[in-house]
Amino acid sequence: MAKKIIATASLSGCFGCHMSFLDIDAKILDLIELVEFNKSPIDDIKKFTKQCDIGLIEGGCCNDENVHNLLDFRKNCKVLVSVGECAIMGGLPALRNMVPLQECLEEAYLNGPTVRDCNENKIIPNDPELPKILNKVYPCHEIVKIDYFLPGCPPTAELIWNALVTLATGAELKLPYESVRFD
Amino acid sequence: MGKKITIEPVTRVEGHGKVTININDKGEVEQSRLHIVEFRGFERFVQGRPYWEAPVLVQRLCGICPVSHHLASAKAIDVIVGAGTGTGLTPAGEKMRRLMHYGQIFQSHSLHFFHLAAPDLLFGYDSDPALRNVIGIAMANKELAVQAVLMRKFGQEIIKATAGKKIHGTGAIPGGINKNLSVAERDSFLKAADPNNADYMVKWAQGALDFFKGYYKKNKDFIDNFSYFPSNHMSLVRKDGALDLYHGVLRAVDADGRKVLHDVDYQDYLKYIREEVKSWSYMKFPYMMSMGKEKGWYRVGPLARLNTADFIPSPIAQKEFEEYKSLTGKVNNRCMHTHWARLIETIHAAEMIRDLLNDSDLQSDNLVTSGTRQARGVGVIEAPRGTLFHEYSVNNNDQITECNMIVSTTNNNEPMNRAVNFVAKAMMNGKKEITEGMMNAVEVAIRAYDPCLSCATHAYGQMPLEITLIDPNGMILDKKAK
Repeated sequence: MAKKIIATASLSGCFGCHMSFLDIDAKILDLIELVEFNKSPIDDIKKFTKQCDIGLIEGGCCNDENVHNLLDFRKNCKVLVSVGECAIMGGLPALRNMVPLQECLEEAYLNGPTVRDCNENKIIPNDPELPKILNKVYPCHEIVKIDYFLPGCPPTAELIWNALVTLATGAELKLPYESVRFD
Repeated sequence: MGKKITIEPVTRVEGHGKVTININDKGEVEQSRLHIVEFRGFERFVQGRPYWEAPVLVQRLCGICPVSHHLASAKAIDVIVGAGTGTGLTPAGEKMRRLMHYGQIFQSHSLHFFHLAAPDLLFGYDSDPALRNVIGIAMANKELAVQAVLMRKFGQEIIKATAGKKIHGTGAIPGGINKNLSVAERDSFLKAADPNNADYMVKWAQGALDFFKGYYKKNKDFIDNFSYFPSNHMSLVRKDGALDLYHGVLRAVDADGRKVLHDVDYQDYLKYIREEVKSWSYMKFPYMMSMGKEKGWYRVGPLARLNTADFIPSPIAQKEFEEYKSLTGKVNNRCMHTHWARLIETIHAAEMIRDLLNDSDLQSDNLVTSGTRQARGVGVIEAPRGTLFHEYSVNNNDQITECNMIVSTTNNNEPMNRAVNFVAKAMMNGKKEITEGMMNAVEVAIRAYDPCLSCATHAYGQMPLEITLIDPNGMILDKKAK
């Protein structure tokens, strides 16, 4: 059987889900036998070089670059999986959805204790090189169709491993009851 | 005609950081910038949350060293519940947290060395990028790959035993810790068969340092002189000047070793530190007020810590520290020596873990303490990447009213920008064509700081790069990717 091709991305996440993936420890050596990696921070492939079987998405969308990247993944992956709370429902970054974006920026750059008496020109970063921040943080399934969801903050290494093995072998993914949780 | 070069670590759409370099019509680098393109807004949106949530909320800034944020915020909240400023906890409370922290240092430093530095050292900076990663290591040297995996695993298991989970745990609570270490858990680290025990981890850490020293012997010129520039250095040190990654006073030295911040209480950090805001990066630029914006910037992290500390309070690491000092002098401003310093700290972390595991205080049931409630608290810790500041103010309803953080990588913002400029000028000035090797060199300079820009860019070795040559009118002249 041909190896399944995997791609991964971290959008507006903390990279904890990728770290949890690494917590499969020595199984990573088995994984190399089972799958082939394409576009992923795990390797040097920065653009899709072929159609992938499985795309793992960590993080929601907080700026326009996240959205671009997610659309790119949908286009190039047969199966797309939201991995972890941020991808599934915005996670911690989505706490800012309850506050106007302008207030968040002002707190960080104008009003915080280490800036309020020394930012004489009232600078808030706005360079054209910086991506545009979205009004809200969006979960991935509000941007593109998502096929599967792996819960947890982060999902355990065991869950990520089982999911990959079942997807790579073509089986249906089953979620044990105790794995359906927020943290 | 001048041109602009953009280097974007991780692809354009996924990067959390990117580099732009402007080259004038004489072919000289005129300006270079490392942009941080992510903005989250934690300082604002944690306002109104109850203070006891802070240690579990704020750690979600970073999944690579969540323990650092977990503990820095817990230390700040300790002050608010009247449990003292870092030294007022019960012995079990403080030592469980120290064990958690040294577990974190051990796993993070191991991850950085093996997944990031080692591929470059093993294969060379200009080797096939497809192999220059952990998978390449696994194929070339399975023994080393297994060691990398098991060292990181050991640190992660320590975190799980103290924090409840390997990533985003809940162990530290206001005024202490929510569990002790059972005898069974302790023995799983002390008595496991080789190599999965604490003694063996000390040996493996020494082996990693020997590996680096061997490389240094053969590549002295590169390690000594690549991206070498003077700076101030800051970190916590224990009151007696010892290296202490969990608690201490703030000390900074200048490029010649003169103290410029004299072992001050970090509760007063606002008397000493400010941050400059620049329009082109979401990451602020911290500086020491006494020296001003231009001269007050500083480095943090392993290199800085071995410059500020007088000694290391564990024997094997101290012996290595003495050798390092004898070879590098009083103050070390050599960027690539950060790898060396990091590996000495890895040995220290392994020694501390072993000694803490043998301390019966960890089996005590006296876990939490409290005292007179305060309105504000500051928590500072030496995270793997350097000094990390958290500050919270709370109201009478126990809600957070103000939150400020200066994370380790932010402290290194100016040094990383200097490093990019240094390398860009050295490699690109007067050159007609920008090669992959030049881009790679810029990346290597940034990587020495082990930046948590997007966690992604540093976690897995090679940062994918894209480079675009743009003329002053915005026309794309050339585009390259590697």
